[in-house]
Amino acid sequence: MSSKAKTQAERLLAQPATLMLFAWMIVPLAMTVYFSVQYFNLLYPNKSSFVGLENFAYFFTYPSFWTSILNTVLLVGCVLLVTVVGGVLISVLVDDHFPGQGIVRMLLISPFFVMPTVAALTWKNLLMNPVSGFFAWIATSLGMTPVNWFADWPLLSVIMVVAWEWLPFAILIFVTALQSMDREQKEAAQMDGAKAWDIFWHLTLPHLRRPIAVVIMVEAIFLLNVFAEIFVTTNGGPGDATTNVPFLVYTQALLEFDVGAASAGGLFAVVLANLVSIFLVRLIGKSLTAGAK
Amino acid sequence: MARTTRLTAVATMATTMLIAGAAHADATLTIGTVNNADMVRMQALSGEYEKTHPGVHLNWVVLEENTLRQRLTTDIATHGGQFDVMTIGAYEAPLWGAQQWLKPLDNLPGDYDINDLFPNVREQLTVDGHLYAVPFYAEASITFYRKDLFAARGLTMPEQPTWQQIREFATKLHDPSHGMYGVCLRGKAGWGENMALLGTIVNSYGGRWFDPGWKPQIDTPPWHEAVKFYIDLLSHYGPPGPSDNGFNENLALFAAGRCAMWVDASVAGGTLVNPKESTVTDKVGFTRAPKQMTDRGSSWLWVWSLAIPASTRQFNEARDFILWATSRPYLQRVGERYGISSTPPGTRLSTYDSAAYMNTAPFAKVTFDSLKAVDPAHPTLLPVPYKGIQLVSIPEFQAVATLVGRLIAGALTGRGQVDDVLHTCQNAVERTMKRAGYYQPNKAEQP
Repeated sequence: MSSKAKTQAERLLAQPATLMLFAWMIVPLAMTVYFSVQYFNLLYPNKSSFVGLENFAYFFTYPSFWTSILNTVLLVGCVLLVTVVGGVLISVLVDDHFPGQGIVRMLLISPFFVMPTVAALTWKNLLMNPVSGFFAWIATSLGMTPVNWFADWPLLSVIMVVAWEWLPFAILIFVTALQSMDREQKEAAQMDGAKAWDIFWHLTLPHLRRPIAVVIMVEAIFLLNVFAEIFVTTNGGPGDATTNVPFLVYTQALLEFDVGAASAGGLFAVVLANLVSIFLVRLIGKSLTAGAK
Repeated sequence: MARTTRLTAVATMATTMLIAGAAHADATLTIGTVNNADMVRMQALSGEYEKTHPGVHLNWVVLEENTLRQRLTTDIATHGGQFDVMTIGAYEAPLWGAQQWLKPLDNLPGDYDINDLFPNVREQLTVDGHLYAVPFYAEASITFYRKDLFAARGLTMPEQPTWQQIREFATKLHDPSHGMYGVCLRGKAGWGENMALLGTIVNSYGGRWFDPGWKPQIDTPPWHEAVKFYIDLLSHYGPPGPSDNGFNENLALFAAGRCAMWVDASVAGGTLVNPKESTVTDKVGFTRAPKQMTDRGSSWLWVWSLAIPASTRQFNEARDFILWATSRPYLQRVGERYGISSTPPGTRLSTYDSAAYMNTAPFAKVTFDSLKAVDPAHPTLLPVPYKGIQLVSIPEFQAVATLVGRLIAGALTGRGQVDDVLHTCQNAVERTMKRAGYYQPNKAEQP
């Protein structure tokens, strides 16, 4: 068998798998596209009809639409800020050797392995509950009024929960990156009289540029989809204070049973995620070429 | 030869077992229900049913109301066929019945005594003369209040107070420093939560959801007055964080002796007089739901009922079970086991003919009077094109009331002015109704 024929045979054998993967992706997407141009209320299947782009218009003019965009941006932005800044600081702190370093690192990373629903329930009932929560206990012990977190500061509370979940991921990446930092360079700088701050600013931070870009990209994609934490703690409320784009799609699909508008919203979320990832890939690409220079 | 005989014997035995098995055909009924007290009791008592019906196994799916509704709706609309018995309400039964998603329950056996069911309640579950569900319990909204606190302050609760009177009582009884709140009301967002209560307040202020031409009426003076009143009352004289409180949360608050007044479903009476579940058993008074400028639509009517989806393959077994769970003997059995005031209320006239029940359950009379008085066919002061007091019997109502409920819950926590919120609601509801083709200038475009 010639090598050309062999390659052809190999390609042929790979076809079924490729085809299946393609169908795996395209069938749900095609169905969403189809439903997004239908008026289709789950409770009224006989009434469904082609409506063109009306579902999109309906979704974009929904009263909570702009709030949900704003909430999504705030949620992603704040969590990124907390995890990147906090992650860098904490990983620099635990980088130098000290007794019990292994245990501390493990504890720092462990929140990442808690399931989102469990994390949300723990925060809601054990920490942030205004009557029986740990924060309320601290507040009353100090003679202050406990804060009703999820009612008075709903978005901030959700940001705290999500940041707590994702901070370990950032720490994991940064601690690993710091292992590869040149110790001799750092010692040389210290001998030249550089302060800790100078070393951090001129050596550590530039060294962490690529890991930071990776953390931002990976987290942004996942944070755009935050749902379980909101569903468990605030249910999108009070009002629409914590409704983000995925939650808005959920309310259309499963509270209002409006499959058409929900599909339109789903497609919008796909476009949004793609825009963000294109933007981030550019950013990360720049950072990588800058790092290579 | 011996060997053949043995083989034949084995084969005969196997065949006999198979036939026996077929006669006792094992049926597993999957029942979806709500985690309310009366349904939990049904689940506990169903062991007795399984004993008298060998071969029938009951597989319970007990969920919180909103979750159950999502599961049932998606299952029935997509013909999933996961459930054999569904617990549905006065909203779903007529809509799903009209869609032929439920099996009609015609020609019920005589000993079931269908004429013993409340006419008002039966009407809710009937479409074109066919009954599509049997009522498990029915409720009107009534006012619960603390007789001891009223007596201590020299106050008298009228037979049917006005909302304004409720507010006056609340100002006098509100004492948050001692953990006593003037009035507890539903604030949790949802068409079956805050909008159920608010719907009746709006009705009593003379408002309505739609005019006879299906034009939404939310941006009208009765709505503004009613919603402002509700938010003012609840944020000044209610418990902290009222936007988290639904039926079950308020029930817990009142049973723990933290509320001076509470307007909610009459079915809570059974829990509040039960010493195992309540600390205020002998202190709680019951009276009609508040009215304001009109009495019409000031008390809601809700029916939890059992229905059989068209997709089931075990119709006879399922029908047998739902008839058992709503029969007179079942109601008596609950009374024997859990105390007579725990009898599922509001479905059978015979329950209210029983002197024992009327004397033991202090909430029975007001429940009976309210259930007789409610009129879902004429729910509002001004004419409307729909049936239903705290709901509108159209599929779009869930979308409309979910949205309005969410925005009003937001206004309750201080997010947005009532006037702006209601204006936004009006526009959103208009969009939904136009899109669904209820009122368009061009009738030809209607789907």
